[in-house]
Amino acid sequence: MTEFNRRKFLEGSAGVAAAATLGTGATVFAPAVHAQTLTYKPEKGAKLRVLRWSRFVQGDIDQYMKNVQAFTAKTGIEVRVDNENWEDVRPKAAVAANTGAGPDIILSTNDDANLYPDKLLDVTDLATYLDKKYGGWYDSVKQYVRPDGKKWIALGLGTAGAMMVYRQSMLKAAGFDSFPKDTDGFLKMCQALHAKNTPVGFALGHATGDGLWAHWLMWAFGGKLVDQNNKVTIASPETLKALEYGKQLYATFIPGTLSWLDPSNNKAFLDGQISVTNNGISIYVAAKNSPDAKLKEIAQDIQHSVYPVGPVGKPTESHLFLNQMVMKYTKYPQAAKDFLRFMMEKEQFDPWLTACQGYISQPLAAYEKTAVWTSDPKNTPYRDATKNMRPTGYAGKLGYASAGAGADFIVLDMVAEAISGSKPPQEAMERAAKRAERYYKV
Amino acid sequence: MPSAITRSDAAVSEPKGSLLERLQNSRNALGLLFMVPAAVLLLVFLTYPLGLGVWLGFTDTKIGRGGHWIGLENYEFLWGDDVTRLALFNTLFYTVVASILKFVLGLWLALLLNRNLRMQTFFRAVILLPYIVPTALSAIAFWWIYDAQFSIISWTLMKLGWIDQYIDFLGVPWHARLSVIAANVWRGVPFVAITLLAGLQTISPSFYEASAIDGATRWQQFRYVTLPLLTPIIAVVMTFSVLFTFTDFQLIYVITRGGPLNATHLMATLSFQRAIPGGALGEGAAISIAMVPFLLAAIMFSYFGLQRRAWQQGGRD
Repeated sequence: MTEFNRRKFLEGSAGVAAAATLGTGATVFAPAVHAQTLTYKPEKGAKLRVLRWSRFVQGDIDQYMKNVQAFTAKTGIEVRVDNENWEDVRPKAAVAANTGAGPDIILSTNDDANLYPDKLLDVTDLATYLDKKYGGWYDSVKQYVRPDGKKWIALGLGTAGAMMVYRQSMLKAAGFDSFPKDTDGFLKMCQALHAKNTPVGFALGHATGDGLWAHWLMWAFGGKLVDQNNKVTIASPETLKALEYGKQLYATFIPGTLSWLDPSNNKAFLDGQISVTNNGISIYVAAKNSPDAKLKEIAQDIQHSVYPVGPVGKPTESHLFLNQMVMKYTKYPQAAKDFLRFMMEKEQFDPWLTACQGYISQPLAAYEKTAVWTSDPKNTPYRDATKNMRPTGYAGKLGYASAGAGADFIVLDMVAEAISGSKPPQEAMERAAKRAERYYKV
Repeated sequence: MPSAITRSDAAVSEPKGSLLERLQNSRNALGLLFMVPAAVLLLVFLTYPLGLGVWLGFTDTKIGRGGHWIGLENYEFLWGDDVTRLALFNTLFYTVVASILKFVLGLWLALLLNRNLRMQTFFRAVILLPYIVPTALSAIAFWWIYDAQFSIISWTLMKLGWIDQYIDFLGVPWHARLSVIAANVWRGVPFVAITLLAGLQTISPSFYEASAIDGATRWQQFRYVTLPLLTPIIAVVMTFSVLFTFTDFQLIYVITRGGPLNATHLMATLSFQRAIPGGALGEGAAISIAMVPFLLAAIMFSYFGLQRRAWQQGGRD
């Protein structure tokens, strides 16, 4: 049987049968007793072009390209992969969606798929198949790419998680054996660290990645930019509590954090000037792989923790979400979906996740068992980034408003103004509300 | 064969012939034809984008989604928007202070370089270095120089015992404004200096000789010979300098991204932030278009103010 014929039918479970009528309609579902399988029938002469964000770590792109080559070897479908800085993918993807020309598949970030849902191929069948086979998508993924609770407009790829990175020796010197689990304990620890002249530091400049801790702070106390109906609710007693707490926290910061951009905390941490910050696993990986003996020593002392939980009683983390969109204009929808299916299968995804060295947290629960999360215990906290994450526009609907408000640093500016004492918390909140209302006016 | 051709017949028959021949013989048509490439370039790459920008400013266009005409709504919002107002103030402050400093330092450097110095060519080449280095690279250098934890300036001052803690160059709004102005001045001075130097070299030495014979002091020579004759060059160079400074983007984007607390956001950086990462193309375009009147004012001032002939002839007005 040729490769072409072998792909003629797909066998799936009854669980995915309902999805058979969605999407291209070219797939045929049939009940399977044991395994979940899904096969597409790629178009003749199909070629794919993929636009994705540039690697966070070399292992990522190396393994990704190996998987791509394996796909080409298996199907004969040529795949071209273009890389762009992750912040540049958003405008390019939007223009591609609007003009109806460009890459067939785009790997983008956060709420991009929600900006042009009608320009994206329905991938409900594929998402349902992966959901059943790999332990289910995390809720945060569903909130991002299944906005109406039914139709999947994209697939999740994972999360570039940022966790608490700390120096164990400094915590011990300040009287803490482990990282606090709640915000009260966290504040006490930061105060103790500051008293020991080993302050903490969190970015308050326009840091697109590391500035996301401001969302965690607001959400941890029950504040939110908008409610479920996209009504601006940021000026609330809960946000006020978060800002008052933040003021106490800011008093324990190293000077200069108001100007910090994304690389600033990495530099300060690796120089031993701060004891705690929030970051991707890059600080640890850089120290571990450094030929410098001093940095290697620091690597041994580095530990990671999930964010402390605030009065709301559950994780309120904010991370960079990564999605995979198939553009509706593609001439090869079957090939594109087959490519994504192939890349998400264990044989490909597992080694890729491992090659990412903890930079990326999986979107499907089954991959919690990937070896990367246990091969080095210091990687483990990053495992749950996607699971513990809230979407950027929480608790509202995602779209232009949430994307615009996020890019305009409304929450980060509010937190920076209030906790640094530049503006009274009440005034900072009201200014943020006014700015947010502009985006959510419709 | 006609026996005679009348004058009127000749006049009528002259334009006959192929279209190409007629075109080749028409100065007007040829002139227009030769202007077409330039006109097309201007229309496609200048007029159309500007027109599109103006149009977008009146719409609610998002990236990836067409917009609707909303009249002045973008401008009304921007007028009431604290961040935009702050960005406008920052831009004006940045432009005025940096331009004055660049002019003073540039003129001073040009006068120095106009003297007969040893290794004159070397110095003239070296002075251009800040202008030659790509802005993004020099901005990264300044980002390190101003770093809250690693600043070489703070480190030196600490070693000298002049300060007891690192200066927060970019974390305090006014420090940050002045710091980015310093970076802009460092980068922009060579352009002003070299252009003014070129202007200085066009001034005939006989003017200085004549004024010296009349007993003019060096200050008087500068005030009544150099400055008036240099004014047309000053007008041009300062027009460009103001335009470049007002529309600066790279330095700010690399060093502060508009922070802290939007204290260094310029109109250009805010426009980008709202239009591209934020997706609000219409609003971003409106911010850009709002810069045009200020730029026009700067050009008008330069051309109609600095180029007054009375000034150039050493008079007052």
